[in-house]
Amino acid sequence: MILIGERINAGFKDIAAAIREKDPTAVQKWAKLQAEAGANYLDVNIGAASRDPADMAWLVETVQQTVPTKISVDSTKIDVIEAGLEAIDGRGALINSTTADPGKLEKLITLAVKHDASLLGLAMDERGSPQNVERRVENGAMIFMAATEGGLPPDRILLDPILMPIKFMQEQAPNVLETIAQYTNLSDPPPHISVGLSNIGSKTTERGRIVRTFLVMAMAHGLDAAICNVCDEELIAAVATAELILNKEIYSDSYVRAFQVRQRL
Amino acid sequence: MTIEIPDVKKNWPHTINAVTIGAISEQGGTRASTVTVGGETTLPFYHFEGAMPHKPVVAMEVWDVPAEDWPDPVRDPFADVLGDPGSWAKTCVEECGAELICLRLQGCDPNGANHSPDQAAAAAKRVAESVGVPLIIWGCGNDDKDNEVFPVVAEALSGENCLLGTITEDNYKTLTALGTAYGHKLIAESPVDINMAKQVNILALDVGYPAENLLIYPSTGALGYGIEYVYSIMERLRIAGLKGDKVVAMPMLCDIGVEVWGVKEAKAPESEVPGWGDVRARGPMWEASTAMVYLLAGADVLIMRHPEAVRMTKRTIVRLMGGGAE
Repeated sequence: MILIGERINAGFKDIAAAIREKDPTAVQKWAKLQAEAGANYLDVNIGAASRDPADMAWLVETVQQTVPTKISVDSTKIDVIEAGLEAIDGRGALINSTTADPGKLEKLITLAVKHDASLLGLAMDERGSPQNVERRVENGAMIFMAATEGGLPPDRILLDPILMPIKFMQEQAPNVLETIAQYTNLSDPPPHISVGLSNIGSKTTERGRIVRTFLVMAMAHGLDAAICNVCDEELIAAVATAELILNKEIYSDSYVRAFQVRQRL
Repeated sequence: MTIEIPDVKKNWPHTINAVTIGAISEQGGTRASTVTVGGETTLPFYHFEGAMPHKPVVAMEVWDVPAEDWPDPVRDPFADVLGDPGSWAKTCVEECGAELICLRLQGCDPNGANHSPDQAAAAAKRVAESVGVPLIIWGCGNDDKDNEVFPVVAEALSGENCLLGTITEDNYKTLTALGTAYGHKLIAESPVDINMAKQVNILALDVGYPAENLLIYPSTGALGYGIEYVYSIMERLRIAGLKGDKVVAMPMLCDIGVEVWGVKEAKAPESEVPGWGDVRARGPMWEASTAMVYLLAGADVLIMRHPEAVRMTKRTIVRLMGGGAE
């Protein structure tokens, strides 16, 4: 399972303040906590706190000086993503994210190839977020085809079927599960399949429970990556247990510990 | 008409750890040479698919007491040296081509000679001074006694980068600490159980012992005695390791001699089992055949006893590594 730590995001007040004041403390804290928890990538996002690509470079550099974990450069703006990629010191990177919009897709594929980065593609297009399985599959397939033709191998492509808040769009959760299953048939080996996990629990009172249960169900359909709260021990334990049940992991009495040890090795 | 043979080659994403045993003087030891095992990027001897950068090696077993219970066919070749582990080890290396020596501290067994830790250390030093190959030191199997003996032995061989064994689910803290303190590698033992094989490794890693210093000993059965169970476990461990489960991506060790020379096929004289042939030929062949199975299962280190079985096995390894027939 590819775990992408979501916490270094200007949507959180401490990170927004850190970016504004160029105070690395909160960034360093979350970099360490998430790396220790077993994150494969640390997502970094300057969000609405800034439009300045230099702020992305600062965030990437601050994380890099703290931990050796790979970095997910998260922005909707291409110049911000490029600034983040330029700042990366040779460790692995993930571009988060492109959409199926052809112009944007082409530019980000070029950047991914240039920087040896993986590319995460959201199954949305200029018409907005998809409301059914067909649109999700169509957009995902288009991103996958373009990325493959552009020179990215399947294991450097992550498709995101767009997870929506269950409180407001309950009918979309089954569509996402069905889409995940269909993505696994795109190629052999298939691309990675990821979701922005916390979305589904947005504004609910049982957020942790909803997020965990969805993740396990999605893994059963083929999900193998998630942008999530990697510091949630119960969530990590659920991932470890799901991998066990899917026979992806050899059982041992300390299998949760094994998962954590393995993530760090 | 030509039939296209499908390309079934796999590209495994992970490499089995390479582990070096022994240390020469520049590395802080006194060995004449070192041995490196592991490093595979494919299944055993799949040279068409991936790399097997280090060939499997044969260690020969030496005891700190005269091995009274070894059957005659395997005891006789060492008749002149059984009383002295140093001379015994020298015979194994110089006459039989042992690539490592495994000193089994059987004499420490409280139900046997009950040697003291100092006696064990003296035996270990004697072996170390007599041969230049890397050493494996194997405890007597009594946890309490091994935990008394190993601190003294590990210190006496400090810097030699020996392979010490074994750690188990119930007894790993002393050896992991000693391995770290005195620079030794460790053997992680489990009873023909893949889940426990993994568990022992997790326990060792969890106390900070490095994954790349461990070998897996999944237990060994002689040919005819559950060998297929061990084989399937070794195969699964190796496949999991190659697929990327770093908790089990270790070289594997098999303790062949002790198992083979306990079964009647290897040791019963023809007078007891008419038609089975001369035990002096049959025993070594049983040991070599058992070793062959474990080579194919993925063994990186074989601990063996009989000189002829060792010769046969070493020839087999050369040929399986692509060295051709002699």
